[in-house]
Amino acid sequence: LRGAAAIVGVADDVSPTGELERTGRALEVAMVLAALDDAGLTLGEVDGVCHAESSMAFAEYLGIHPTFTDSTMTGGSSYEVHLEHAAAAIASGVCDVVISVYASTPRSDRTQKRKMERRFPPGPNPMAEWEWPYAMRMPMGPYALAATRHMHEFGTTSEQLAQIAVSTRQWAELNPRARYQTPITVDDVLASPLQTSPLHLLDCCLVTDGAGAFVMTSAERARTLKKPPVYVLGASTCHDHMMISQMPDLTTTPGAVSGHKAMAMAGLKPSDVDVLMGYDSFTITALLHLEDLGFCAKGEGGPFAEDGKLGPGGSLPMNTNGGGLSFTHPGMYGMFLITEAVRQLRGESGPRQVADAQVAVAHGSGMVLSCMSTAVLGTEATL
Amino acid sequence: MADEAGRTGRAGPPEKTRMMEPPVGPDSEAFWEATREGQLLVQWCTACDEGLFYPRAFCPSCGTAAAVGEGLEWRRASGRATVHSFTIEHNPAATGATFSGGQPYVVALVDLEEGVRMLTNVVGCAPDDVRVGLDVTVTWEPLSDGRQLPQFMPASS
Repeated sequence: LRGAAAIVGVADDVSPTGELERTGRALEVAMVLAALDDAGLTLGEVDGVCHAESSMAFAEYLGIHPTFTDSTMTGGSSYEVHLEHAAAAIASGVCDVVISVYASTPRSDRTQKRKMERRFPPGPNPMAEWEWPYAMRMPMGPYALAATRHMHEFGTTSEQLAQIAVSTRQWAELNPRARYQTPITVDDVLASPLQTSPLHLLDCCLVTDGAGAFVMTSAERARTLKKPPVYVLGASTCHDHMMISQMPDLTTTPGAVSGHKAMAMAGLKPSDVDVLMGYDSFTITALLHLEDLGFCAKGEGGPFAEDGKLGPGGSLPMNTNGGGLSFTHPGMYGMFLITEAVRQLRGESGPRQVADAQVAVAHGSGMVLSCMSTAVLGTEATL
Repeated sequence: MADEAGRTGRAGPPEKTRMMEPPVGPDSEAFWEATREGQLLVQWCTACDEGLFYPRAFCPSCGTAAAVGEGLEWRRASGRATVHSFTIEHNPAATGATFSGGQPYVVALVDLEEGVRMLTNVVGCAPDDVRVGLDVTVTWEPLSDGRQLPQFMPASS
């Protein structure tokens, strides 16, 4: 798979107000057209569609007849999984131009009092029987359980977790589109109300509107398009539970599998990574990624993060857009890991641009630490 | 207070309502029926001699499939368990849970003596007294249809 396919167009829409004017299909279509325009492609050239709800319904709405279709829904990591599947489909000749799109407007749905349809996984649902009666707060509860266990096993502290929120906010200060751009301190995080212990309010991601899309094609075709291609060097997905009681080890995510496989496919090691986009639904989520992807040893995520190396000017720039903690989080944030990774590798990230970024990792996390999907992306120089 | 069988002794429908009462899944009728008598059952695979949770027609450890007539059986659990991890919910209003009377409550993963892990609440003590490694024992919260929901409380209380 290495180097066979590339991301050639991206688009996203967020606002510091946390709310967008457009919603639903109109927002999705706008994202697709903007991403295609970014690539210099047209809708008529699209023959593959990914959508985490229904690629069929979305393709019908667009009036296109794709030969590759993917409705994979793994929660927040869905878009990294789409990327992986699209790369494989393109590499094997199944299709040529694939789009993936996401739009969700939970914040304005609430303020505008729009009716929300609540969707749960289809089929038998053991959660209703074995989890919901215990009133575990979702989605915080499972992450809080992981954090408590991590603290117990490794001595990780709330201060260390808070530093991740602080470093991420420092990136958001450089992003005029971020929801929150004012500096915070470790003390601010610890002083924010405890939600689901040990997680404080500022350990938790935002609830905002947001939308995005990306376009992929073959490496060969990518070189003929508008923007510098961002190549897929490695990709892998692994899930090991749906319910938190079924997670084999609360302190090791399936990212230890997907990350290792994706990096091996890319032929790279953690020290080769210039930008890490690691899904930060909560501070503990990001900390687990650091360990499972091999940036530090298991249990050492706290000490690793506490010197601020994840922030601007640090040795491991992480979540340079401001992340789910400070930039945007509409529910399934994985799309924004990809749009930011692509912009960093193109050198389009303005004040927050990481100098000479050649390799970026977009590491998505879905459901409750359930499904991890790792995409290793690189510039032409990395091929 | 709970008696020896772990029953809370409340008669009639529960005064406190919880967010949701559990449905009976396709493989767990025996589990829920036993709760009426204050008995905690664990499904056991006779082939690999391990417990499994949640109940299934298939043993995920060894592939034994009750669906094709192989051996999965129910065993009575001791009710003793250890807290593997826990969280204190400080914002009960956010979950809609009213069973704690609007006060912070504990959601925990506990490891039963029989080797399976389940999500539950730890009740019968101040939330701040809960620790990883705490020994707990089953207690029962009545449901509206006579079934009971297994919760856990400190073994020493």
